[in-house]
Amino acid sequence: MVPTKKSTQIEGMGVSPGIALGRAFVMQREVVALTGIHLTSAAEVAAEIARFDDAVSQSVAEVEALIAELTDRGADDGLDILETQIEFLSDPQLRDDVVRKVEEELKTAHDALIEVTDALVRLFLGMEDEYMRGRHADVRDAGDRILRNLGARVQQPRTYPEGCIIIADDLSPSDTMTLDLTLVAGFATQTGGRTSHAAIVAKARGIPAVVGCGAALGGIGDDEWLILDGQAGQLLVQPDNDTIGIYREKQQDFVKQLAWLKSLRDAPAVTKDGHAVALLANISEPADLDQVFENGGEGVGLLRTELLFMGRDSPPDEEEQFEFYRKIALKAGKRPVTIRTIDIGGDKEAPYLGLPKEENPFLGYRAIRICLDRTDVFKTQLRAILRASTFGNLKIMFPMIGSVQEVRAAKAVMREVGKEMEQQGVPFNSQIQTGIMIEIPAAAIIADLLAKEVDFFSIGTNDLIQYTLAVDRMNDQVAPLYDGFHPAVLRLIARVIEEANRNGIHVGMCGELAADPLATRLLLGMGLREFSMSAVSIPWIKQQVRETMLSEAECIFEAVKGLDSADEIRRFCKPIN
Amino acid sequence: MISKEYTILAPEGIHARPATALVRLVKKFKSGISLKKGDKTIPLNSMLNILALSTKGGDLVSVLIDGEDEEEAASALDVFFKEQLQNL
Repeated sequence: MVPTKKSTQIEGMGVSPGIALGRAFVMQREVVALTGIHLTSAAEVAAEIARFDDAVSQSVAEVEALIAELTDRGADDGLDILETQIEFLSDPQLRDDVVRKVEEELKTAHDALIEVTDALVRLFLGMEDEYMRGRHADVRDAGDRILRNLGARVQQPRTYPEGCIIIADDLSPSDTMTLDLTLVAGFATQTGGRTSHAAIVAKARGIPAVVGCGAALGGIGDDEWLILDGQAGQLLVQPDNDTIGIYREKQQDFVKQLAWLKSLRDAPAVTKDGHAVALLANISEPADLDQVFENGGEGVGLLRTELLFMGRDSPPDEEEQFEFYRKIALKAGKRPVTIRTIDIGGDKEAPYLGLPKEENPFLGYRAIRICLDRTDVFKTQLRAILRASTFGNLKIMFPMIGSVQEVRAAKAVMREVGKEMEQQGVPFNSQIQTGIMIEIPAAAIIADLLAKEVDFFSIGTNDLIQYTLAVDRMNDQVAPLYDGFHPAVLRLIARVIEEANRNGIHVGMCGELAADPLATRLLLGMGLREFSMSAVSIPWIKQQVRETMLSEAECIFEAVKGLDSADEIRRFCKPIN
Repeated sequence: MISKEYTILAPEGIHARPATALVRLVKKFKSGISLKKGDKTIPLNSMLNILALSTKGGDLVSVLIDGEDEEEAASALDVFFKEQLQNL
């Protein structure tokens, strides 16, 4: 094909991954104008209210007919959206508001409905919660349907060609129900966010979609060639042939990868000889959990809480933190979530704490070291976590522990918080598990002593490697020396796992080594049974686990003990494909 | 008049789907039924009002029921808030 105009690129928010190639179909919508007519008699008022009630009944009947039709066809997903539409259409509050305008302001049902709908749309758009903001589209949709039945000319959708990419301001439930989505290759909308109706439907149906593209979408005409990348959130308008070729390949790769992911998602993380391994995820906020579940993660091995504390003028108060932890606890349900208390300092700055600039921030005042001084900040966080602990399966983890005394001090603060809550009658899980990060070599060396103080260890390899090898990996000149396969690092890790297992406490790993397929068998051989990583890595590690015989893994570990260089060890560990 | 307190156990709070089920349940009874969250009270027969209340997981709410079949309504709503809401 020959591009008729210059290729352009539009950026939006990718809400449903996948690549679509196709021609644009632009959905147009007319805005219905107010008539400005005023009613002049009580009889007219009564007639308008009756007209409104008829229009509502007619609208409900239409949706019911649509439900019946879909049920007959056996297409029952999405029916709940229509059931909800019926409740919007027949909402008593909507009627009350319209009737009041008709009676008191003598407006026509048509004008009254437009004003009421607009006000409701504004109300929903102004909400804090993203999901609730997205509901403005349902309100608009209900209003439009009733308006049509009041005789207003609200445009009906046109028929569209198979394999097209729909371009719209936004998509309402009526749009997505009347569109035959099996014919749609993808869609892009001007407005909307992750929880807008369009995004939810796209994701549920596996249709690539980009939302929130803004006014730039207005420049796209019917039948123009488009490439839509639902992962990157990009729309390429009139791409050249080379680009099309690249994206056709990407599209195939994506489909293959999706099939592979799907086959692994529900498969258990069990070795060939039947040993179960827990694969957990590292996350920073509630929304990350969706991806964790999609990738088959069994819980959260590390919830970083720094995001809550950074980029602001004052620390978050107890309520804000409580909301945050509770949301995650509820969303995770029975699945475990390990919350790491603030790991601020070092390279993570929080100006309001008034921390002085340091020569060696990584060897300086950070994490638990700050918390044990600034017990005000620490106690607020612990209290918020403990309050949230009744809503799910939460665990608490202290970072940057270097001595037994620090663990005891941290636990003492926690006990103090617990005692206060008991006195105040605030419920919390008094059996909550507490653990520590093992990321300072000193902690690894005294793992036997530390194991007697806590319920679990989590090995943080990123810091453990940099402290053990004295290498700043951000420094290009020494970065090649940073290596998780260095025998010294591996010996420390093996020691921590061994001491944890000997003392009957849990041990996991949440650093990058846990996500390295090359290390999986070696770590299993050392006795590690819990790996926590970014959600997207989970399927790769699961594949390694499922291909491993534990007896072989143990042999690898034995053999590696006799090797003296990282390169040799790495060669020896080569992963199974 | 019956008043009962519940903690919303569904993580997302009361979204469109459970709100639909709730409105439909409420409409089966003759009693006036309302929901109180903080200092706001709304009639439970309205989808718009339920959503506008923006109830989140973990929120504490009270259900107020007043009318001839209030006992029956109360036990049905009890099942809804304690069990069904989490599975919708």
